[in-house]
Amino acid sequence: MPSFGSFSLLLALVLSAYTLFSGALALWAIAHGRRLAISAEHLRETSRRAGMASFICMCCAAFALIYAAFTNDYSVDYILHHTNRALNPTYKFAALWSGQEGSLVLWAWLLSAYGFVLRLRHKVDITLSAYASTILAAIQIFFLLLLVFAAPPFALVPGGVAPADGFGLNPLLQYPEMIIHPPMLYLGYVGFSVPFAFALGALMMRYPGENWIHITRRWTMIAWLLLTVGISLGMHWAYAVLGWGGYWGWDPVENASFLPWLTGTAFLHSVMMQEKRGMMKGWNVWLIFSTFMLTILGTLLTRSGVVSSVHAFAQSSIGSWFTTFLVLTFVVCLFTFFYQRDHLRAENQLESLVSRESSFLFNNLILLTACFTVLWGTLFPVLSEFVQGSKVTMGPPFFNRVAVPVGLALIFLTGIGPLLPWRSTSLRAIRRNFILPCIAIVVTAAVLMFSGVRPWKDDDATSSIYALVCFSLSAGVITSIFSEFLRGAGVVGTQTGKNLFTSAILLVRRNTRRYGGYLIHFGVIVLFVGLAGSAFNQSKELEMGLGDSIQLNGYKLVCQSFTQDSNPNYDTDYALLDLFHNGKKITQLAPEKRFYTASQQPSTIVAIHSTLAEDIYVVFEGRDNQTDKPIIKVFLNPLVNWIWVGVGIIVFGTFIALVPPLKPVRRIEPVTESQHAPRGGVVAVAEVRNV
Amino acid sequence: MRRGVGWWLSLRCEMYKRLLQIVFVIALAFTMLGADDNSTTKLDKIGHMMVCQCSCGQILMECNHVGCPVSGPMIEELKAQLAAGNTEGAILQTFIAKYGPIVLAAPIRGGFDDVAWIVPYTTLAVGTLGVGFLVVYWRRRYTRLHPAAPLPTPDDAGGEMRDRIRHDTDYDA
Repeated sequence: MPSFGSFSLLLALVLSAYTLFSGALALWAIAHGRRLAISAEHLRETSRRAGMASFICMCCAAFALIYAAFTNDYSVDYILHHTNRALNPTYKFAALWSGQEGSLVLWAWLLSAYGFVLRLRHKVDITLSAYASTILAAIQIFFLLLLVFAAPPFALVPGGVAPADGFGLNPLLQYPEMIIHPPMLYLGYVGFSVPFAFALGALMMRYPGENWIHITRRWTMIAWLLLTVGISLGMHWAYAVLGWGGYWGWDPVENASFLPWLTGTAFLHSVMMQEKRGMMKGWNVWLIFSTFMLTILGTLLTRSGVVSSVHAFAQSSIGSWFTTFLVLTFVVCLFTFFYQRDHLRAENQLESLVSRESSFLFNNLILLTACFTVLWGTLFPVLSEFVQGSKVTMGPPFFNRVAVPVGLALIFLTGIGPLLPWRSTSLRAIRRNFILPCIAIVVTAAVLMFSGVRPWKDDDATSSIYALVCFSLSAGVITSIFSEFLRGAGVVGTQTGKNLFTSAILLVRRNTRRYGGYLIHFGVIVLFVGLAGSAFNQSKELEMGLGDSIQLNGYKLVCQSFTQDSNPNYDTDYALLDLFHNGKKITQLAPEKRFYTASQQPSTIVAIHSTLAEDIYVVFEGRDNQTDKPIIKVFLNPLVNWIWVGVGIIVFGTFIALVPPLKPVRRIEPVTESQHAPRGGVVAVAEVRNV
Repeated sequence: MRRGVGWWLSLRCEMYKRLLQIVFVIALAFTMLGADDNSTTKLDKIGHMMVCQCSCGQILMECNHVGCPVSGPMIEELKAQLAAGNTEGAILQTFIAKYGPIVLAAPIRGGFDDVAWIVPYTTLAVGTLGVGFLVVYWRRRYTRLHPAAPLPTPDDAGGEMRDRIRHDTDYDA
């Protein structure tokens, strides 16, 4: 099977190289009207088919690696280092992305899968798809070159003698979310290659009009959605597994996933200006170029060891490959941009200082500032070492202080942007649109202060004031979103005579993009509210014997028992704790500490009792050396569930935005002779707006 | 009853005065924030300014490694320093001398460390100014190129509202 896998990779490389060169040759011949030995159209078609065949080869390679994991083939070095016999079969899938070589296989496989779908749907625009297919093949070649020469996943163990058992999977990866989090993240990362390929292709061929944006809109949104889900699953995994009570630690690996998300979000907003008004063409092209390059830069940062990360599971020396690829990509993008820059001239100009267009500009500014800040914070230790000769740590205190104000500015713009019309507006309209959200902001702030959120009395005043501002602004944004829905539904209700709820559904169906977008904004605000809850986190740590209890803000944990257990994969130490709230038993929690025998590494399994208001988060920290009693740490984390609910709303909103909108029903009515019907025009189309 | 210009101006002056007062009070409230301090919070505060040196990368007070050989002694050392009455700066200096600047959770030593803080805020400020200038420049260019283009006036608001409602409730293009 290792030979089969290696051969599949080699064949995929050959096919991708053919896709690139034959595609480039055919497109060159078509663009310049040159004749080739075979017709350029035929050559282009062979290129497309070769690209599709490379996907089949990648499927074979991925299958070979998974098969080797399931059959405990320890003659393969990668399998030896990332699995063991006692490993739960479900986690043997996770072995595919738990190490360097495997994750590169996953990347190349997903890229070929995206390419397969793109090539399958080439009729949407044959020439543009051919350009995109050729560019994707070039990216695919890079990953396959890596897999064939720099990080071969099917390399055999040194000496050729296969050990009886493997070294096991990293314990931190032995958690259900790890089955889905990395593939989602990679689907998001790799997904941005498609809009990148389309944008570069459209620029290379001087694609007329903005139709390429319509073609790539779904690709971009799906990639953005998958990246969002991937990042959120990673947050949940960190929350449930790492056991430090938080979900985002500003680790370089987390930052690397956040960077393309920020530029991708900026692109999704900014591209609307190009679509509706023919503006910001050059800017949009660079936004999608940057998004793609940031996916590569993120991988370079975490894989090359340039920055150290606590969960860079797969560090190695392939940094120079990624650097070369990144530089090459940048040069190609820059050259194409300068060569074709006259094609990117704006068709319209900004007509008013206060308009949807200007709000998009500021939205882009905030998102890109956030992106730069995160990148700056991630790279500053390297810069500091270069300048001062000593590395520094850029931990949560830095990121929280600089990123939170930027996040608040983003909430502010999320509220303002949708209320401003395209082109221009009047002062009176602004006053009318903003009065309700402003009232909501002031009332929320007053109610919160009245109910005890008083930053000037808190130890951590900065966090409290940020939380207060966040809650107040969020109330304003939510009010503006709901007033938009209500106003639209009211008008549709008047048109159709249907009730408010049905009218709201009809409104959303008529314009899925706009109202899906509003739902996404709503989800983002709910998520921000959840994040702001962390300002009020509390924790306590105690050594707990039988019957001992710990109190935390109305909650009480009583230790019922603590014991040990073991299975072939790991030994476990856990406590059974009864949780009471205001004297009433709610549930029993069982926090665990595991020790994996194959990898000789410990892992935490946190016990969480979640409600919409707060989480009780219990960690089994270990046993006291003298008393042998468990040490339990309890966190009370307010509003954490709002984060996951917010993500759910974002996902739902994105699905809504992806659904094609309802089209006006066109009813064909016969036209009588007496009506105007020149030269055989016997029918007229009447548009029926009431559905 | 019609009111004179002077009455409106005095009302406007009064409003500006009130606004200034509000801004002053808010600014004062911000400067007073965080003035509270005591020894128990000091341990937590300084403990959150440092990173555990067991290579876990976690904040010192949040390191949850079982039997971590580093975080425990570090916290004890911090407690001893606090008990000796050392200032925050002196305590941090002691830790930097022992573990290197990497012990700090964020660069706060001054000098080149300040660059880490200045650059993001400067970027935001310069970016905001840049976008502001760009918007004004584009708007002026548009006015220059389309001198006859009418600006929306408050009287247009009704029509604008109708357009907006039509735009919001109509089918997507």
